[in-house]
Amino acid sequence: MTLLVGAVPGAAPETDGPSCYSALVNEWWCAQYVQDRQDEIVDATVQHLGITVAALLFGVVIAFPLALLARRLPRLESTILGVSTGIYTIPSLALLPLMVPFTGLTATTVVIGLGLYALTVLVRAMLDAFRSVPDDVVESATGLGYAPTRLLFKIELPLALPVLMAGLRVATVSTVALVTVGTLVAYGGLGNLISHGVQRDFRAELVTAGVLCVLLALLLDVLLVALQWLLTPWTRGLPT
Amino acid sequence: MDEGAADVNLFQLTWEYLTTGSNWTGNGGLLDRLGEQLLLTVTALLVAMVVGLPIALWLGHIGKGGFLAINISNIGRAIPTFALLAVLVTADWPGSGEFGPYGRAGLATLIALVLFALPPLITNAYVAVREVPDDIKEAAIGMGMSGSQRFWRVELPLAMPLVMSGIRLALVQVWATATIAALVAGPGVGRIIVDGFARNLYSQGIAAAVVVALAALVLEIGAATAQRAVDRVPREPRRTERRALSAAGPTLS
Repeated sequence: MTLLVGAVPGAAPETDGPSCYSALVNEWWCAQYVQDRQDEIVDATVQHLGITVAALLFGVVIAFPLALLARRLPRLESTILGVSTGIYTIPSLALLPLMVPFTGLTATTVVIGLGLYALTVLVRAMLDAFRSVPDDVVESATGLGYAPTRLLFKIELPLALPVLMAGLRVATVSTVALVTVGTLVAYGGLGNLISHGVQRDFRAELVTAGVLCVLLALLLDVLLVALQWLLTPWTRGLPT
Repeated sequence: MDEGAADVNLFQLTWEYLTTGSNWTGNGGLLDRLGEQLLLTVTALLVAMVVGLPIALWLGHIGKGGFLAINISNIGRAIPTFALLAVLVTADWPGSGEFGPYGRAGLATLIALVLFALPPLITNAYVAVREVPDDIKEAAIGMGMSGSQRFWRVELPLAMPLVMSGIRLALVQVWATATIAALVAGPGVGRIIVDGFARNLYSQGIAAAVVVALAALVLEIGAATAQRAVDRVPREPRRTERRALSAAGPTLS
């Protein structure tokens, strides 16, 4: 397990008596710990956020054309949905090792691995989202002379946004939680701290990291809700 | 492992690991760990079903507690399985002790598995009963059925497909979480993956990952087949059938 610790420096020597995170006390929550190891915690959080955003971008960039293709070709749709169900079935701790022969022990492994999960959620959400656009609206727009591309970006995409954002929120929250498993290849963001905490029986460290994970997920979720509110002014005031 | 040639070698080594009999047999071998993980998965899923399904179905029947039943899935998604496992293993109870056939940290792992199996089970079962069309419920009342008759003869049969897909989701979730238990030195095949990576034996880690992934696919296909066999209620093909895959939405781990 020593390899996993690589990214995290060893336990700091206790300078001024037993603090609430010394091995003797080992409290679950310790403000002193957060203060003393601030830099380490911030670094881990930044890495966590970076991997999350990169994986989601990867997922969106691949899911969008796939969803557009699947919409045109129904046979492709069932293939894509089948493969995505297959990917989602594979546990994260098994998916990451399967990426290692291609991308090595790098952050890329985690980004692509988690991006694949996000992809499975997003493709489904996008197909549902396009299906949620009322047919008569599309017909009216076509009648008004909208060309396919303009129709997609001006009519269909905005109307599909609520369902699409719901999918993006699911993908985001899941990804934040999953990044922790990246600690297997030493790129797990806050997961590295959890891993270190387990090995050293260091309660304050693993609890702080775990709580930060949940807070990060909540924060990103709130940001997406706010983004959706900004992007869909016409839905305000309607019951959801 | 940063050169192309080394990577080809890695595939070869992985294949060798998988085709060497001694890696499968013996204490802590692939078969031993696979059995351990299957036992954990089955136990946790059964416990979660016994605990979660009656409550969720009942809430759906009386139409109360919907907010909680639906949001429990969102909460479950936000909590990293690894973090929960870490807390359980580090705590005085359940801790990381051996637990019968479930291996090291067996009790902590079982608790985590049950907790993460509950959200998809509860959300799907609740939604399944809740979404039985009102006209059907009214017809049942009109026929003079009592509350429990309506539940057993009308609502439950119609809810079964969605309840089953909740069980399928829970199964996938439990298998994945059981793999992650290895990150806290828990039981299961994940242990061979984590050991491999910790000792720079990457081919061992990758080989075990292949086994875990294949087992996951076999479980999912088995569950899907079982679901189709159980779903005997004749129904017209629905356009929205695919959505029935999950009311809870995918829970990954």
